[in-house]
Amino acid sequence: MTHIIRIVQLALKSLLLHKLRSGLTMLGIVFGVFSVIAMLAIGEGASAQAQRQVLELGATNVIVRSVKPPSEVMQSSSGSRVLSYGLLRSDYKILTNTIPTITKAVPIREVDREIRHLKQSMNARVVGCTADYLEMNHLTLSQGRFLTNSDQENLLNVAVIANEVANILFKFEDPVGKSIRIGSMYYTVVGVTKDRTASAAIGGSLSGQDYNKDVYVPIKTLQVREGDLDIKTQAGSNTAEQIELHQITLRVNDKDAVLSTAEAIRETLEQTHPRTKDYAVVVPLELLKQAEQIRMIFNVVLGSIAAISLVVGGIGIMNIMLATVTERTREIGVRRALGARQSDIIEQFLTETIVLAGSGGLIGVVFGLLTPVTFLGIQWFVQNFVMEGNTAGSDVGRMFFDLQPQIAFWSLPVAFGISVTIGILSGIYPAISAAKLDPIEALRHE
Amino acid sequence: MRLAAQVVDLTKFYDLGSVVVKALRGVSTDFPEGDFVAIMGSSGSGKSTLLNLLGALDRPTSGQYFLGGRDVSTLDDDELSAMRNDMIGFIFQSFNLIAQYTVLENIEVPLLYRSGYPAIGRAEREWCLELANMVGLGDRTDHRPFQLSGGQQQRVSIARALVNDPQIILADEPTGNLDSTTEAEIMEILHKLNEDGRTIIMVTHEPSIARQTKRQIIMKDGLIENETLIKQSIPTR
Ligand SMILES: Nc1ncnc2c1ncn2[C@@H]1O[C@H](COP(=O)(O)OP(=O)(O)OP(=O)(O)O)[C@@H](O)[C@H]1O
Ligand SMILES: [Mg+2]
Repeated sequence: MTHIIRIVQLALKSLLLHKLRSGLTMLGIVFGVFSVIAMLAIGEGASAQAQRQVLELGATNVIVRSVKPPSEVMQSSSGSRVLSYGLLRSDYKILTNTIPTITKAVPIREVDREIRHLKQSMNARVVGCTADYLEMNHLTLSQGRFLTNSDQENLLNVAVIANEVANILFKFEDPVGKSIRIGSMYYTVVGVTKDRTASAAIGGSLSGQDYNKDVYVPIKTLQVREGDLDIKTQAGSNTAEQIELHQITLRVNDKDAVLSTAEAIRETLEQTHPRTKDYAVVVPLELLKQAEQIRMIFNVVLGSIAAISLVVGGIGIMNIMLATVTERTREIGVRRALGARQSDIIEQFLTETIVLAGSGGLIGVVFGLLTPVTFLGIQWFVQNFVMEGNTAGSDVGRMFFDLQPQIAFWSLPVAFGISVTIGILSGIYPAISAAKLDPIEALRHE
Repeated sequence: MRLAAQVVDLTKFYDLGSVVVKALRGVSTDFPEGDFVAIMGSSGSGKSTLLNLLGALDRPTSGQYFLGGRDVSTLDDDELSAMRNDMIGFIFQSFNLIAQYTVLENIEVPLLYRSGYPAIGRAEREWCLELANMVGLGDRTDHRPFQLSGGQQQRVSIARALVNDPQIILADEPTGNLDSTTEAEIMEILHKLNEDGRTIIMVTHEPSIARQTKRQIIMKDGLIENETLIKQSIPTR
């Protein structure tokens, strides 16, 4: 043990003789180790992000959404330009009645309306839904109650509002029991939901959702009061859309049954929508698997890049050590004359490279631990100098800014181990060639 | 009279492919304990070759070399290293100190390679300090070689040669790089060592230096041409 301490001390002494050179030699390993850790952390962060999003959607859920068919205008019976597409209430009935693995289902209709309380008003997303919506979207109440089945049956004008809506409309009062106006109808507030972080977009077919400006009302009430027609004013001209349901969220009884159930749902909808595919089936579990695959590909690609920089670092070390051996030939001869065995010389030079690579590895690990901070810096830079305003709000932009690198702690010892291994591999040849020198020749070397 | 070392019909040939250089062609001589020998002779006569063999830096082509009761010519590389470490103290013409080490650390170097790698403890440190004092560098122990004059560097290398209490001390032109005053100082140290009973074998070109030793060996063309005994009485230890 004392022997090991001593040879490490001696190695340090030799390396410190040329501080700049030793430092520069280490740099390759520092960056190699740093990039291994950083890239794995970013990969890990991206996968955690994807998993979080998918779990928010629910791993046992299947989401079916209405999708506007590509620029296909269907004339309605009245002859006006009304676009009629999407999921039907009959779809909801067929799905829930014919597929036994579905345990819960929530039909959803979303309309944008101005809502008002006394003088306060705002634009909100009015979501027609049923009692299960609360649980299936991981919402929690801060006050009052959520919608119930009897609200539906009795077509009650009741509403549950999100926290932000409550804050805007009811600055100083308790909203529960008060009435708000949605469009032209009055509703009684029965509950308030807590803030929930917005879910990011996934896989293109599902855009991000901000739950904090929602107003929930019984879907049957919404249907009766507002009808299915949704008129929007866009660029001066009015367009009318007729959509019965915007979304159906379905819960499957078992995780193993999710994929087969999704298949059954797809087949059913193909029969009920034979002409146009005006819906999309989103299966979070499938997305999870896709995300996993993408992460694997990322890790392999990023890992290879990091590995290349480690190899380059190793070559740098070998190069310097070979030069060092030549430069220190005389020293080697002196040590041999004073009694050093070949193995002592190998040990000495190998220790020097291992110390060099090992301390480079340690510095790399420290840098690696700072990855989250570094990444914040990159995000700041991208936000201020690279990205243009509207890109930041896009799906890619959101994904980038939501990403938090997560250091995979197993990668620290692995990266450090790799750096030491590289030290050994790149040091072994110079060390052996040093030991093989003939002592007399070495002593004569200028 | 005990022998510190003995060579019997030693030869050393260098096979250069086209020619074979016969650097030593059969050298026999005894080195009694407490001897002080100057090896002289013209350039290329084989002085350094002989000294390298005596120093166990190399094996002879044929012949025998006895040191400490063993025939060095039969040893393998690791055994030669152990022999050099344990039995031999080298003093080089160009000092050959290790640049990154201090005076004290340079004196310690042979301790690093003792067999079994025993720890360097306080006793060893004190011994090194004592040697530094003996060569007159007690106040310079943490200087680095580039901070020392040539004479001072050579004193360090003398201290280093003594640290493992060797059987023989070998010096190849130890004063070759020094001016005459410094040369005299170094010779004085060597004399003192010899008076203490150390066996010293030294290669030199200077007759004035050679005259200060007990015995001269004159080499020519790889053979001993002449042995002169300067001083009759060789003290035994
Ligand atoms: N490694 C070697 N390969 C080939 N020839 C060698 C080698 N070493 C020494 N010689 C030859 O052996 C002969 C003796 O060399 P050596 O170095 O012993 O001479 P020397 O007496 O020490 O000379 P100098 O006084 O110049 O130092 C010389 O002819 C030299 O060229
Ligand atoms: Mg010579």
